[in-house]
Amino acid sequence: MDRRTLLFGKQEESANSSLPLLRTTTGLSPYTGIFGSSELVHLLDRTLFGINRTDLNFFKNQSLEQVVNTLLVQAPAPLPPVNVYNDTNINDPNVPLGLTWVNAPYTDGTINARRYTSFKAWWTGLLLNQNRSITEKMSLFWHNHFATETVDVGDARFVYKHHALLRANALGNVKSLVKQITLDPAMLRYLNGYLNTKTAPDENYARELQELFTLGKGPNSKYTEDDVKAAARVLTGYRTDATNISSTFDPNRHDTGNKQFSAFYNNQVIIGKTGAQGANELDELLDMIFAQEEVSLYICRRLYCFFVYYDIDAAAESQVIVPMARILRQNNYDIKPALVALLKSEHFFDVLNRGCMIKSPIDLVVGTCRQFGIVFPNAQSDTQNAYLMWDYIRAQGSSMQQNLGDPPNVAGWPAYYQEPLFYRIWINSDTLPKRNQFLDLMIGQGYTRNGKKIVIDPVAFASQFSTPENPNILINESLELMYNQSVSQQLKDFLKGILLSGQLNDYYWTNAWNEHKNNPSNTSAKNIVLSRLQSMYKYMMNLAEYQLS
Amino acid sequence: MKRRAFIKTAIPAAVFPSLIGGFTFQAFGASSLLSALTAAPTETDHVLVLIQLNGGNDGLNTVIPLDQYSNLFNARSNILIPENKILRLGNAATGLHPAMTGLKRLYDEGKLNVIQSVGYPSPNFSHFRATDIWLTGSDSNQTLNSGWMGRYLNEEYPNYPVDYPNAIMPDPLAIQIGSVISPGFMGPGLNMGMAIANPSSFYSLVNGIQDPAPNTPAGSELTYIRQIAQQTQQYASVIKASAGKITQQGVYPTNNSLADQLKIVSRLIAGGLKTRIYMVSLGGFDTHANQVNSTQTETGTHAVLLQRVSDAIKAFMDDLKYLNVSKRVLGMTFSEFGRRVKSNSSGGTDHGAAAPLFVFGDAVRSGITGVNPTINTVVNTNDNLPMQYDFRSIYASLLQEWFCVPQTTLSNVMLKDFQQLPLIKSSDSCTKTPTNNNQLAGKNLITNYPNPFTSATTIKIEVETGHVLVQIFDVQGRLIKTLLDSQKASGTYYLTFEDEGWGQGVYYARLQNGRVQQVRTMMIVQ
Repeated sequence: MDRRTLLFGKQEESANSSLPLLRTTTGLSPYTGIFGSSELVHLLDRTLFGINRTDLNFFKNQSLEQVVNTLLVQAPAPLPPVNVYNDTNINDPNVPLGLTWVNAPYTDGTINARRYTSFKAWWTGLLLNQNRSITEKMSLFWHNHFATETVDVGDARFVYKHHALLRANALGNVKSLVKQITLDPAMLRYLNGYLNTKTAPDENYARELQELFTLGKGPNSKYTEDDVKAAARVLTGYRTDATNISSTFDPNRHDTGNKQFSAFYNNQVIIGKTGAQGANELDELLDMIFAQEEVSLYICRRLYCFFVYYDIDAAAESQVIVPMARILRQNNYDIKPALVALLKSEHFFDVLNRGCMIKSPIDLVVGTCRQFGIVFPNAQSDTQNAYLMWDYIRAQGSSMQQNLGDPPNVAGWPAYYQEPLFYRIWINSDTLPKRNQFLDLMIGQGYTRNGKKIVIDPVAFASQFSTPENPNILINESLELMYNQSVSQQLKDFLKGILLSGQLNDYYWTNAWNEHKNNPSNTSAKNIVLSRLQSMYKYMMNLAEYQLS
Repeated sequence: MKRRAFIKTAIPAAVFPSLIGGFTFQAFGASSLLSALTAAPTETDHVLVLIQLNGGNDGLNTVIPLDQYSNLFNARSNILIPENKILRLGNAATGLHPAMTGLKRLYDEGKLNVIQSVGYPSPNFSHFRATDIWLTGSDSNQTLNSGWMGRYLNEEYPNYPVDYPNAIMPDPLAIQIGSVISPGFMGPGLNMGMAIANPSSFYSLVNGIQDPAPNTPAGSELTYIRQIAQQTQQYASVIKASAGKITQQGVYPTNNSLADQLKIVSRLIAGGLKTRIYMVSLGGFDTHANQVNSTQTETGTHAVLLQRVSDAIKAFMDDLKYLNVSKRVLGMTFSEFGRRVKSNSSGGTDHGAAAPLFVFGDAVRSGITGVNPTINTVVNTNDNLPMQYDFRSIYASLLQEWFCVPQTTLSNVMLKDFQQLPLIKSSDSCTKTPTNNNQLAGKNLITNYPNPFTSATTIKIEVETGHVLVQIFDVQGRLIKTLLDSQKASGTYYLTFEDEGWGQGVYYARLQNGRVQQVRTMMIVQ
């Protein structure tokens, strides 16, 4: 493929090497090598948002099989977002403070805007408080896949319902999810499905259904413009119900004529149906689309890009995507078996596929909070402040170009599709300094609001390691957690130089650490270790390695 | 499989030419300084180079009181330098370690001041704590969150880092070379300096070489991020440009990391950086054992270290002269403490207290400041030398005489008054108020008036729409008051900060607005 050659050429140049970029030919066969801490870190890094020492300890000594089994358990459905927005200026007449608004009347635009904020903060809170499950990453995967934007949807209750759908089906059946998304009121609004009638067909959803949600634009995806038109006719008649936050089918708006599809779909005709039967045409349409192998290949490529790497070369296509897609089809589009195969594969654990993913903004900000165990206001007893802080984290991700709930358009974030840069789009001269400023703030002064502060406590962080009084072990274990790759001895020595303030004997750190631990209330003793740990972790977070997962 | 071989060599996360940017802020447009705007400004182009000797240098084997030799012999015979090898300074009863021929020559040329017995009351014997005391300029029993240089730079460039670099100050305020992140550059909020990790990464930066990233996907992404990082390193290009202007330098000793660092400093100074303060360091002075060769005490570990210091400084001075910038540069050595008077049985010395330090440069008032320490006939294991000069007297004197810091500002930096020492030749000493241009550099987001104040002051802030926080901290970093913590529309706001019995002294008003922060220094006077 042309773009691959292009990509290779570019990487070769930027890698500052005359050698071609090394890629692997390993495939989907089960990984049988050592499953040590480095492999565990890689697996957790890619399936959770940020990993911490507790997670590592929890999974330590478990087999790959056991870890993947745990990760693939769907997280329980969370309680919905609540009203944290009533204040002296705004009062939601139907929802008291602390209760959920997701089923309440719409009220007005001002309140709706506050509900968006509540929704986004709530979601960020779920990310921050995720359990050891891939559910959050998969929910974000689907959000990126079936991208919608809050303002276009226009109603926070629809947005919530849409999100709940993605979340509930995060590890479910793709075909079933596509059907539900097609009927989802938020999607009907976002892609104008509710305006699609027999007299005025709107092709918007019919196009994206094929181009973005199922078949993609790969070279073997050969549906035609007429197929888009025909599918649009199948999809006529759906409406949204803002009272019940649901969708309905109106047979009077449905095009009852026959729909002829192209040779790509074996010239299939979907016979037009009248009355309530008209709604059944959707199943025929989805059966026809999902009969195309390309759907399974496309979904697997999307997963690959989200969990492994963006460059799908010929070997990855034939050794990973093709067999993975086969599993997806064999399981009638249940996503789990294919995902499990990928996460347990030789390819996934190939050293060439480690540490090569540039963290998305959400991965960076949420991951940092989780990795360093930043303490947030209590969600139960101090809900408003918890939401405020969650929203701050959300806003940071947003300023780095990933606004949860509001991807730039229906295609999702360009990092997952835009050639040739892909993930690199996240990093530019505007966003990289913002990333560093955020990290500097967290390891330094922290962010304060309403008298609450979120900040990294590097002493507490260091305390989790096995022998924090030993600078070598502390550095090794910190590096293991923070960088998904091995580092040079030169860097380790440098980091130790920071901890030792230029002294040459390790025991000076040991003494300082023990001095603090033995006299926790002594400010001076604490400051000695605090300032050195701050400097060291700040340095580690400022290196490019910290941006990789 | 080939990739196996690869695992071993794969992905060495090299130390990137990491210019650790300190981001922050802060402020003080002391009204007296503002009024000085109208006076004829004299922009100082003076540079201060600090040489930190990590580990605690044995002062008594560095600057040797010849008139105390017999008592010294009683106290430390196993490490004492033979009397006839000591380099006597002029006619004084004081001599230098025989390895320090370079410094001896500087003394002879009138470019070295030896200050005797520098320390502070109630000395601390922990490396870390003592280092923090020296770098923050705190009292022995006081914990400060900011460094003395950070506080100075804060006064000089109150708006940093908002809208920095800029035309007035296009360069880093302070540069540190070496592996120790210095708390000395810490301002009341964040670090005012930047660090160049080490000499080799400096040359990588200047020559555009990066430590190699492997030709793996991870290496490829790493390289990409590093490239963007370098592009966005606000000071990378000015440093590169300055270094590029100097193509020839004097000769420096080899196998001498201090010399390597000073060579870079000289190049940057001569290349035209406006950077005020440079910091370099040399470790290994923690000589608990075998600090000398027992058969030839003028040689050994400590002699090697002192020779490195002396040779490096001499070469640096010669180079500065060659590059025609020596008049602009003043240097100073320091170490967190001296060592015990009595040596131990391992042929070394344990942690001690006061010790001599060196100030050097064309502008220095040459000579010996202070008198030889007195060594008692009987010296006990725990005996230490009493201090003659507080180390903060030297800081204060250099700030005032070399950086032309006015008295009011000096109190904000040093936090109290210290004895002034005549360290600079009167012809080179500041007599005028410096220009206020630096006060105007960058964008000012928080100010207060009046300042200093007695009962109340008005704080003016300029904010973007969003959450705004204004907190008041004392010099120890304790939060004493939150003046504002709410959502605000973009605009200018006024707040009042009252002295509710906080006591006189320096206080910091910190503005947090989204990701931006700036800190203003305020002073309460009675």
